[in-house]
Amino acid sequence: MGKGSIAVVGGGLAGLMATLKIVEAGLSVDLFSLVPFKRSHSACAQGGINAALNTKGEGDSVEEHFDDTIYGGDFLANQPQVRAMCEAAPKIVNMFDRMGVMFNRTPEGLLDLRRFGGTQKRRTAFAGATTGQQLLYALDEQARALEVEGKVRTYVGWEFVSTIIHNGVCCGITAQDLSSMEIRAFPADAVIVATGGCGAVFGKSTNSTINTGYAAARCYQQGALYANGEFIQIHPTAIPGFDKNRLMSESARGEGGRVWTYKDGKPWYFLEERYPAYGNLVPRDIATREIFDVCVNQHLGINGENVVYLDVSHIPASVLNAKLEGILDIYQKFVGDDPRKVPMRVAPSVHYSMGGLWVGLDQQTSIPGLFAAGECDYTQHGANRLGANSLLSAVFAGMTAGPNAAAYAKGLPEGQNIPQSVYEKAAAKDESDYQGILQLDGTENAYRLHQEMGELMTKNVTVVRNNADLAETLVKLEEIDERLSRIGVQDKATWSNANVPFVRQLHGMVDLAKVITKGALERNESRGSHFKPEFPDRNDEEWLKTTIARYDAASHSPVLSYEEVDTSLITPRKRDYTKAH
Amino acid sequence: MDTETAVHDPIRLIIKRQEGPDAKPRWEEFSVAYQPHMNVVSALMEIRKNPVNAQGKPTTPVVWESVCLEEVCGACTMIINGTPRQACSALIDDLKQPIRLEPLTKFPLVRDLKVDRTLLFDALKKTHAWIDIDGPFDLGPGPRMSAHTQSWAYELSRCMTCGCCFEACPNTGHANKFVGPAAISQVRLFNAHPTGKLNKQERLRSIMGADGITSCGNAQNCVRVCPKDIPLTTSIAQMNRDTTVQSIRNVFGSDA
Repeated sequence: MGKGSIAVVGGGLAGLMATLKIVEAGLSVDLFSLVPFKRSHSACAQGGINAALNTKGEGDSVEEHFDDTIYGGDFLANQPQVRAMCEAAPKIVNMFDRMGVMFNRTPEGLLDLRRFGGTQKRRTAFAGATTGQQLLYALDEQARALEVEGKVRTYVGWEFVSTIIHNGVCCGITAQDLSSMEIRAFPADAVIVATGGCGAVFGKSTNSTINTGYAAARCYQQGALYANGEFIQIHPTAIPGFDKNRLMSESARGEGGRVWTYKDGKPWYFLEERYPAYGNLVPRDIATREIFDVCVNQHLGINGENVVYLDVSHIPASVLNAKLEGILDIYQKFVGDDPRKVPMRVAPSVHYSMGGLWVGLDQQTSIPGLFAAGECDYTQHGANRLGANSLLSAVFAGMTAGPNAAAYAKGLPEGQNIPQSVYEKAAAKDESDYQGILQLDGTENAYRLHQEMGELMTKNVTVVRNNADLAETLVKLEEIDERLSRIGVQDKATWSNANVPFVRQLHGMVDLAKVITKGALERNESRGSHFKPEFPDRNDEEWLKTTIARYDAASHSPVLSYEEVDTSLITPRKRDYTKAH
Repeated sequence: MDTETAVHDPIRLIIKRQEGPDAKPRWEEFSVAYQPHMNVVSALMEIRKNPVNAQGKPTTPVVWESVCLEEVCGACTMIINGTPRQACSALIDDLKQPIRLEPLTKFPLVRDLKVDRTLLFDALKKTHAWIDIDGPFDLGPGPRMSAHTQSWAYELSRCMTCGCCFEACPNTGHANKFVGPAAISQVRLFNAHPTGKLNKQERLRSIMGADGITSCGNAQNCVRVCPKDIPLTTSIAQMNRDTTVQSIRNVFGSDA
């Protein structure tokens, strides 16, 4: 065993959960986070967390949760770990209950449950419409208690820069203090990257500003495999905004909200008409494509714009305030209308990455000693994620990665000594790269370049994908890659410089954009969130396989290969949400 | 409304700039093209895409903090036209121009609009703002709770530790050591929980010192600036009663 400590990168649900479990296993943690943990993107999850608690007399079960998740993901997820997640779910929700999460309650004081998309059962525990925030705070509080006990050292306001790899094994990270700009190497027996999604690759999304995907991209550049990158979830209902698209939770529909637009002068509830069994609660990929069809193909968007109505105004205000207050306040604050009285205007938006770093059952990446957990890994959701499964998968991944990283650390050979020079060299390399960016004096503005890439990706690599557009996007991404070297950094300050880290992140975003686009170009079928009109059907014979991207340093481009999907528990069948499955 | 954008005047902003904690502050003026539904954050984003001030001189992008952009994380708190609030939910159409942006004043300044709010999180350590559990393992469900208790406790649990109340309070910051309204409200939250109650006294004692609840001067500024409408003054009043009872118990050595 080495020094007995593990580096966890990311202070969201996955990172904090991993941290608690590592401490439970008797090791200490160096916990790195760009922002105070309470500001992590997990806070943005609204609707709830799925667990087959079966407290509504509906005969819900782990098996049904498992089947809904696999079916919703269009059979692309490896099944054993999804089964394990669904089995752990009730225990996870109970643990949060013990930690003091203010879940909504039934009249007899038990956890209330509501419906979500892609299921016929009430399975989603929730705390108003800010469930992610409430779960995050619970873990933040527990981590703070451990910090007071001296078992967790926190590095808040530090950005992960690189992994440190010696003889093919991960043995630490470099990180930069975003105030002093100091870059330091941190030795660790194992590293867990829990850094969330990559919405910023698309410019505007429902993600937070910090969700650039940089850390995952950096691991990929350093040799970790990246899986199913092309599967990006487009959430059907967000408020289009100038700075970001703000999520309007699926829980609005779970509580009875209806999606409609005008047709022939009358309200047309198109989801209810087309999918009688699930109605407004079809999975997100389907709802998004239907809204896209209504707006773009049929030109039936509200006032000719690409928006439709999400309507909760028929639900009593007392119910809305108890169960959906958080999101209705967001709508009222940012749009100005009261959704208790008028329908909300919503549109699809990039929301979640099903793909991510390839990991095995133990959450270990293809680099020994480097683990990944949460949205930055690829494991649980296949080709499409069901609502309220993301909080669950983040926590489950942390709960799996933590003990496995601890076991890995404990299994390291006694007296293993990694030369100090390995760490010095790693820090010096990143320092030199940082200085290189600081000196950049070209004509390109990094933020404008980012906007341009985001618009390109949103236009060609989201709801509907065509091979000609995807091929053209790859060419343009190569151009953007070249233009990175012509960026001018206006801010030369050596204290609290936000400009330089952004340029570093942008490099990562461009690499992930290539992974996403190339994966989409190659996959000639339609499955879950990935839809090609040229190949409108799922093709299990050729494409029931996981896309694996390996970074080729010479060309800055992904090399793709494919891996068998483990479908040992449920035989793949056709998805059809017009009837109960 | 949307059709008027072409002729709309540009947005005028006056931003307090400071290179670092020891640098001299200066005001810099910016002009940003108007678009409908813009907020202060999107104006700052426009500036960094073209860092030129209102006088046409190249400058550095403004440094500020932002994360969620939907007022659920608390990161982008700053003083906007004199009021501490989040920049994401500060809509341009609702603000008097020129819009004045300043960093919070009760926290160490980092740069421009960015400050270090660590002391708010330290206050949560001091006040034992967590539920003591035996471990993060499976032990069955937690205690039952009435829907009524949940509904008011949930309101308290939405505190983002953004610092608005701390900034607006006349008794915090600088020479004063008052832990501030948010931390006291968290004591009420955790003491209301069936398990949290078991450590009630420890939390109450943590706010009974010179930096505790007696430092509140009842100005009621906190409740007016809280973006989540948390009933901070109700929490403080309740904790005042509870600490009084606790201090009597301390005198008589009663542990109840």
